[in-house]
Amino acid sequence: MNEEIKAIWRSFYDWVVGNGPRPENEVIPDEPPPDLPFTRKPKDKFSRFHEATLKERYNQWMEIHGLHMFSALYSGISVLTCIVIVSLLLATVAELPPFGDERNPANNEVIRRYVERGGKETGAQNIVAGLILDYRAFDTFGESAVLFTAAVSVLMLLGASRRNNADDEQAMKGNDSGKNFMQRGPPSVRLHTFRRDDAILRGVASLSMPVIMMMGCVVVINGHLSPGGGFSGGAILSTALILCANAYGFERVHSFFNERTFITTSSTALMIYALSKGYSFFTGANDIHSVIPKGTIGNILSGGLILPLNICVGLIVAGTLYGFYALFSEGEI
Amino acid sequence: MMQIIEWLLLIFLIVCAVAVSVSKNLLNSVIIFMSYSLVMAVIWVLLQAPDLAITEAAVGAGVTSVLFFLALRRVGQLGHKREEKTEA
Amino acid sequence: MLEKLILNHYEAAAVILSGIGLTNLLLQRNLIKKIIGLNIMDTAVYLFLAAKGYVAGRAAPILIEGEKAGEWITNSAVYANPVPAGLVLTGIVVSVSVTAFALALTLKLYESYGTLNIDEALMKMTLQQEELEAKIEAQEEELIS
Repeated sequence: MNEEIKAIWRSFYDWVVGNGPRPENEVIPDEPPPDLPFTRKPKDKFSRFHEATLKERYNQWMEIHGLHMFSALYSGISVLTCIVIVSLLLATVAELPPFGDERNPANNEVIRRYVERGGKETGAQNIVAGLILDYRAFDTFGESAVLFTAAVSVLMLLGASRRNNADDEQAMKGNDSGKNFMQRGPPSVRLHTFRRDDAILRGVASLSMPVIMMMGCVVVINGHLSPGGGFSGGAILSTALILCANAYGFERVHSFFNERTFITTSSTALMIYALSKGYSFFTGANDIHSVIPKGTIGNILSGGLILPLNICVGLIVAGTLYGFYALFSEGEI
Repeated sequence: MMQIIEWLLLIFLIVCAVAVSVSKNLLNSVIIFMSYSLVMAVIWVLLQAPDLAITEAAVGAGVTSVLFFLALRRVGQLGHKREEKTEA
Repeated sequence: MLEKLILNHYEAAAVILSGIGLTNLLLQRNLIKKIIGLNIMDTAVYLFLAAKGYVAGRAAPILIEGEKAGEWITNSAVYANPVPAGLVLTGIVVSVSVTAFALALTLKLYESYGTLNIDEALMKMTLQQEELEAKIEAQEEELIS
């Protein structure tokens, strides 16, 4: 009995250490010889699979199957996480007050104050415009700054290829012998070349572009009277610019809107915004009486600073969104 | 009647979101996302937020989709069909 | 619970959408699809906010002219909640800039590694690293000898 247990233990030990099957007629010494520190030979790594220890075998196995197992584990855990999060959120939603109820805690006294006195205090008919450009004007300023920063960072990321192009062109112009050319390697090919002689596109663009432009201007200028405002109007203006670039080529847009214009208009608009809203920092920021008259609600010239601020935001948004388009398609504004 | 339309639009949104994740072709998923944004604009109108509707229609359905298309063109996924490796 | 979810169907749809977006973000290996998933999560949050601001039977928050000209109805029981609209307006524009920046980064990654798949890009990255290390080792050996 004792011998059998010993044999099983020995085979298990062999399996763990990785000694492989023992010969049948092996003479098992009663006591293994003492493991002297200086007589041990250094094992050759992976020389024989049977001699690999458990750890080495585990490492080998992980090299082959580890990535697969990890990705399966990752998918399982992420699906589980999503299910748990969604079920928790659904349980929360079930406890929320019913949809469209006026006793909803979101409709508290803040909203009442905004609606009841917003018209008088900001002079804007559109309460949302009064909210985002008068009560919370700093919020909107930060947002415009975010947009501008995003445009500049995209310019840094994708505008690099354009600089290489310019360098190569200069190199080509500089010496025709091709010595410099050989050093720099071949000039990077212009990314995309369109055929822009589409008659249908041009005809439709010449008809619809003025209308889209006018629509954008109307949405921007009427931002304090009707739905819309700087963001939506600027986006509409930028789509008009994109249509122009598509139908007539980027050169046409370059004649009135290039990188320098973009940077100047955007930074000027941002500076005007910052100055016109920053004045309240220096005068106490509490219940400032604006020099600009509020005007009567419903007129175009009403709402104090909301109209110029809307125009500033519209300029920034139009320039930025068109800039995104130009950078993504051509690598330059 | 309005209830039915609301339900239809919401179900359409969820179906679109699932279809975006399932579809193999990148161009298809971008187009589905565009329609998702358009339906979202309709939902803003139903929720009495016309400002959001205008902005979402111009920005979400217009400019974002154009950016996605341009990115796809630059990586060469537009124009010619290619099997997309979206599997993990 | 189900009838309460049906009562709050906009919020429930928003939660499901954000779940789909999160799953996309975690499980998709394609970067452009990841960005679309991020956008879906964005819109889900906006849907939730706007649904909380809606009050049944109230008009959009744009002042309506009263019976006499020049008089405006400022009763708060007439208009819907303007605050979520303002917040979401801010969010939509920020999400566009985030999308554009993420796409620009993706394009840069594609230029360097020639793939949109994050796993392939990572593999190529490690391979390049190993090549670089091997080169450095060879140079060091040359220097020593």
